[in-house]
Amino acid sequence: MRVEVFTFLVAGAICVGGALGVVLFRNPVHNALSLVATLFGVAVLFIAQEAYFLAAIQVIVYAGAIVILFLFVIMLLGVDQAEAIERDPFRLRRTITVLGGAVLLAGSVAILLAAGQRTTGREAATAPLDPAVPDVERLGRAIFTDYVFAFEITALLLTVAVVGAVVLTRRSTGTPIDLEEFPDGSAYDVWVSDHPGALVDEDTADADADADGEDGSGDDATDTGDADGQDDESADSEVTS
Amino acid sequence: MDPLLSGEIGLTEVLIVLLKVVVSFAALMVGVMLMVWFERKLVADMQNRIGPNRAGPFGLLQTLADGIKLFFKEDLQPERSDPFVFKLAPYLSLVPAFLVFTVIPIAGNFSDGNDGVVTLLGHETLMQVANPQMGILFVLAMSSVAVYGVMLAGWSSGSKYPLLGSVRASAQMVSYEAALGLSVASVLLLAGTLTTNGIVAEQSGWRWNLWMTLLVPFVVFVIAATAELNRPPFDLVEAEQELVGGFHTEYSSIRFALFFLAEFMNTVTMSAVIVTLFLGGPEGPIPSGAPGWVQDYLLPLTYFFGKLFIFLFVFVWFRATLPRFRYDQLMDLGWKFLIPLALGWFLILTSLKVAEDQGWNPVVAVAVTAAVVVVGAVLLRSSIRAASGDDLDDVTADVAAGGES
Repeated sequence: MRVEVFTFLVAGAICVGGALGVVLFRNPVHNALSLVATLFGVAVLFIAQEAYFLAAIQVIVYAGAIVILFLFVIMLLGVDQAEAIERDPFRLRRTITVLGGAVLLAGSVAILLAAGQRTTGREAATAPLDPAVPDVERLGRAIFTDYVFAFEITALLLTVAVVGAVVLTRRSTGTPIDLEEFPDGSAYDVWVSDHPGALVDEDTADADADADGEDGSGDDATDTGDADGQDDESADSEVTS
Repeated sequence: MDPLLSGEIGLTEVLIVLLKVVVSFAALMVGVMLMVWFERKLVADMQNRIGPNRAGPFGLLQTLADGIKLFFKEDLQPERSDPFVFKLAPYLSLVPAFLVFTVIPIAGNFSDGNDGVVTLLGHETLMQVANPQMGILFVLAMSSVAVYGVMLAGWSSGSKYPLLGSVRASAQMVSYEAALGLSVASVLLLAGTLTTNGIVAEQSGWRWNLWMTLLVPFVVFVIAATAELNRPPFDLVEAEQELVGGFHTEYSSIRFALFFLAEFMNTVTMSAVIVTLFLGGPEGPIPSGAPGWVQDYLLPLTYFFGKLFIFLFVFVWFRATLPRFRYDQLMDLGWKFLIPLALGWFLILTSLKVAEDQGWNPVVAVAVTAAVVVVGAVLLRSSIRAASGDDLDDVTADVAAGGES
């Protein structure tokens, strides 16, 4: 067996196994780790195609930054316990996901069978390339000459995303309140007067999520406007936290 | 590309590669053993203590004794841990630490424009286990894989202090990787290649990147590397006073030894990376009349390990001297100082390079870029000040003075 075939088989098996693990494992952290295995398999396949730079970037950016952030969020939110999927309140969502996945799979298999070798990238790989020029140089030339606008627009898009994220997370406009300064219990009123419009209802609909699930829509937007007492509670916990 | 692998590959070639792997692994293990002893001894000296002095001459075998002790201890596994990930994590820490060392050129004649090719058993080869085209990116990739070891160790222990330690660690290591990468970019700009061999060859004849990049990327890299290694003063990951032992609190026996080994291995390999990137690796003055083995092995090895030793000393010196950073100070230093500094410096070096290529007046080019960098720095400073809420002090003072407002 030639080395290329062997490499492809091993790396492909890791990719497919990892992808299955992402879907099938119950624990979110195991899902994320399976994703890392898939990314590594793809990196090995890149190396087999002599795309060294892409392989390194694959590991640095995807495995090293993006999945780390996934894990970070999973750990911080504490959702790393195996969820009981049977009690998932959004049954319709599962059905839609399964249907959509099946359609996607069938579609890609159909395209692969119909178009044959044109979809596997074989034509691109057999195009004349100068092996003396490193792939970093080729990639750099392509990105900074022919595709410079696409590159710059992508950079702009990412910047907009970062600015948007910062704006979304920095909502509070008033000063933070130190509870110890208000021993008479007036901290909440001060906080409310400092934060006009901050008490738009949020996170109060969780209690009704199970009931919502019965009709399958899972729409949280309808039951805002709870009793005042509950509002006070949630706002107070926000002050103290 | 290693000239060994460019032709037909037979048994001899495979054996040479195996030999290189075994020798470099053994050298690294012995190096780590000595490094642990050296660190304990030097810190002891700096603190007016004696340090290990029982096992072997000068306590040299203390690490070995500790290793044997750890090996024979009971291997505990917490009940609430995740069994598979708990066992996997130490290896995710250890393997990248070793793999980084494989791309470091440790010998070979780089003087007078030589490219470090040596003849080993009748075959031309390089004195590094591998010389991949992605070169230094491989180092960055491995250092990002190493984050998983720390992170998963903390999570899989199923206990709160390790989890806190690992969340700290992952945020810290991911943050400082950015500064690390940006200072490497300055070196790559001068070298024009990603391969470690090419980077060393380009520095031949005292054109060390240490001064060719005008010192700033070096300083940024050393600071970022210290943070990436989780060494003092950036060892918040295992801050004893707050987190017991950090991410490896629940580990014992040989698994703990693996983390310990990985930590010191990382220190050695990161010092080797610094030497390769900024101090010309095994490069140094070599008399042309000397016999081949002196030119190819003895002198370059001496230079390399001499430079390596300087950084090992510096890391221990940091540990003995500097108090630990607070977490917000750590993040401020990384995001608000090191990354902008590395980026601005990269811009200045790029303008120098473009001016050189296009035949512009370098002084004007650098002056214009420096002006841009200064404007950027002022903007950054004002935005940081706005975000930190300094202008809200008046409001707070009012509220405090008036009581209820």
